[in-house]
Amino acid sequence: MADGDTQIPKLDDPLQVPCIKPGSMDGLQPFLAGPEHQEKLGFPGELVPDWKERTLAKMQEMAEKNRAFQVYLDICVKCGACTDKCHYFLGTADPKNMPVARQDLLRSVYRRYFTFAGKYFPWLVGARDLTEDVLKEWYSYYHQCSECRRCSVFCPYGIDTAEITMAARDILAEVGMGQKYANEIIGKVHDVGNNLGLNPKALRATLEDLEEDIEDDTGVSVRLPIDEKGADILLVTPSADFFAEPHIDGLIGYAKVFHQAGVSWTLSSYASEAANFGLFIGNYENMRLVSQRIRKAAKDLGVKRIIFGECGHAWRVAYSYLNTLAGPWDFLDPNYPVPQHILEFTWGEIEKGTLKLDKSKNDHLTLTYHDSCNVARASRMGDKPGGQFEIPRAVIKAVCNNFVDMDPDTIHESTLCCGGGGGLLTDDLMDLRIKGASPRMTALQQVTESHGVTHMAAICAICKTQFSKVMPKYGYDMDSVVSVHQLVSNAIILDGQETEEDATA
Amino acid sequence: MLSTIYALLFYVATILIVVGVALKVRRYAATPAPLKIPTTPAPTTSGGVVLRMLREVIFFESLFKSNKWIWLFGWTFHMALWLVIIRHLRYTIPGNSPFWLDFIQPFGKYAGFAMVLGLAGLWARRFLVDRVRYISSPSDHLILVLLIAIGLSGLTMKFVAPTDIVAVKVFMSGLWTFQINTLPTNPFLLVHLGLVIVLMIIFPISKLLHAPGLFFSPSRNQADNPREQRHIAPWAAELEK
Repeated sequence: MADGDTQIPKLDDPLQVPCIKPGSMDGLQPFLAGPEHQEKLGFPGELVPDWKERTLAKMQEMAEKNRAFQVYLDICVKCGACTDKCHYFLGTADPKNMPVARQDLLRSVYRRYFTFAGKYFPWLVGARDLTEDVLKEWYSYYHQCSECRRCSVFCPYGIDTAEITMAARDILAEVGMGQKYANEIIGKVHDVGNNLGLNPKALRATLEDLEEDIEDDTGVSVRLPIDEKGADILLVTPSADFFAEPHIDGLIGYAKVFHQAGVSWTLSSYASEAANFGLFIGNYENMRLVSQRIRKAAKDLGVKRIIFGECGHAWRVAYSYLNTLAGPWDFLDPNYPVPQHILEFTWGEIEKGTLKLDKSKNDHLTLTYHDSCNVARASRMGDKPGGQFEIPRAVIKAVCNNFVDMDPDTIHESTLCCGGGGGLLTDDLMDLRIKGASPRMTALQQVTESHGVTHMAAICAICKTQFSKVMPKYGYDMDSVVSVHQLVSNAIILDGQETEEDATA
Repeated sequence: MLSTIYALLFYVATILIVVGVALKVRRYAATPAPLKIPTTPAPTTSGGVVLRMLREVIFFESLFKSNKWIWLFGWTFHMALWLVIIRHLRYTIPGNSPFWLDFIQPFGKYAGFAMVLGLAGLWARRFLVDRVRYISSPSDHLILVLLIAIGLSGLTMKFVAPTDIVAVKVFMSGLWTFQINTLPTNPFLLVHLGLVIVLMIIFPISKLLHAPGLFFSPSRNQADNPREQRHIAPWAAELEK
């Protein structure tokens, strides 16, 4: 659907609950993956003739291999606590975008074939037969979930719709209905090492250009090394950081922080991607293969530490899964957690006092901060629970004078997804992305009106891309979203840097 | 005759709920959680996890964050149900009831009203709130009807049409030693006990599994320590060979 057709939802309050409008998002679906993108990941090229048997066999397998799948499908009591928690429901009013209803699309089939009540009394418990239409419905509505986990915060049993969405997408891919956007990208990572398919030569050229830009700007030579054996730190960052705005300004920020901290670091062309789209399609094997590239790069380069750049779902996979998927990390320096977030590093340096910061460089901005969903609800930074909320804000406040938080019900663990996460950051879902962003945009508009907020900082490549695309629909410039390390970059004064005072003197 | 049927039904229902729940719990416990997925911020130690779980079970912490009406009705119902169940021990254990059961008796008596009111509130939401109406299956309504009917039939016996409670106690406590004594034929009693038997039978094959299931929910029962401790499922470890 072209974005011109989208009705921008007008909300009085970020969490305003609409009356349900059944069918309002029926039929919306992203492009199916073609055979070449399916087969590269080990999936069949098109819908297999025995899709029904294979779907049920896969469900059986998941029930045996994944406790969350089994328990979450069994124990929901339909209390309704989650029904008004999904940003896609708030933005579209389609009842199938209520978390419990989204789960029920799969639960109804699970009940029919795997539970006593559903086998013998399907009408009583809302069980239904598996048909091709059911698969199509799964394909549509399991691609209207960004796996952001907001529902799981509010469920009395912690049922996480993201787990069901991932399972459903994995089943669909296994019977031949994979999603083009995610599968094509995972294929590129397997081939080249990053989502964009940037080869080492192009990558090196980009980094050299950036080095020149920094030198032009500051008069200081700051390096952006790649594939340097013997460096202490391997930086793994989303490939969007190499070319997209405002991501690239964040990358410049990391480089300046490393430079000023005096550490040796390197990027890797082999593992030039922090994002792991294997998470989005719920496929353990693909997620593991992508993670293993980081292990190989760390070994080949002989680094002592691994640090991840600003990226949301990437940090989830890094923080929560990397030890599982690519560990143990016994060959790295045990004095540092593996992996670390760039914000943990930068905050450590700020606390040590190694960075010279001039907050007034950001005085033209009044900022708020968007907690990225998977950083907030599926990971941590620092030693204490909640560090993922405190550390980014502490860094922002260390480099900016003007900072205001949004409505407390829309930040921290209650944060709203940007609307483009979980494998939905594709133009064929633009209608959904614009509507799904409306709760966050409404919260932002509130602080713009009350406190004159001009910019929103984020630490996720998807959030940054999504917001720069949808913010203009809500009356903001596309550069109103900024990287946190872009703010650090603005404020940092490098040793030997020509300042304006020097220039005028 | 009637006493024998009820006695047999109680035995069957007891076997079904105990064996059924045990099998489910065994399956939940045996199924690995391949990845660390606690909903964060989460406790970093197992002691912290126990506290988080206690807050969920005792105070319904997450539900409180979510929706005050559901919390009010749901929490009231569940806590009242506990009091009512404990109070009913006096009718099922042999001999005189211990002092703490006597102490709890007046609270348990009136908790019956709180229980029915909580259930009524939850049921009303299934009609009045469009989102909850949309997600409700017939079974969701029927389980509430079943619980309300159990509550109302019990309250009727307590406050309107008492049964011969001493005979009930003789019947129920006899079941422990496989003695089938005579059950009074008060219709409210027969309905009350019959519905309790139905509840016991459907427990392991319905959403009532949320009670044991909560303890196995990975987003709530995992500690947030993935960087410190490597977590790997047995089937995933196979992939590394």
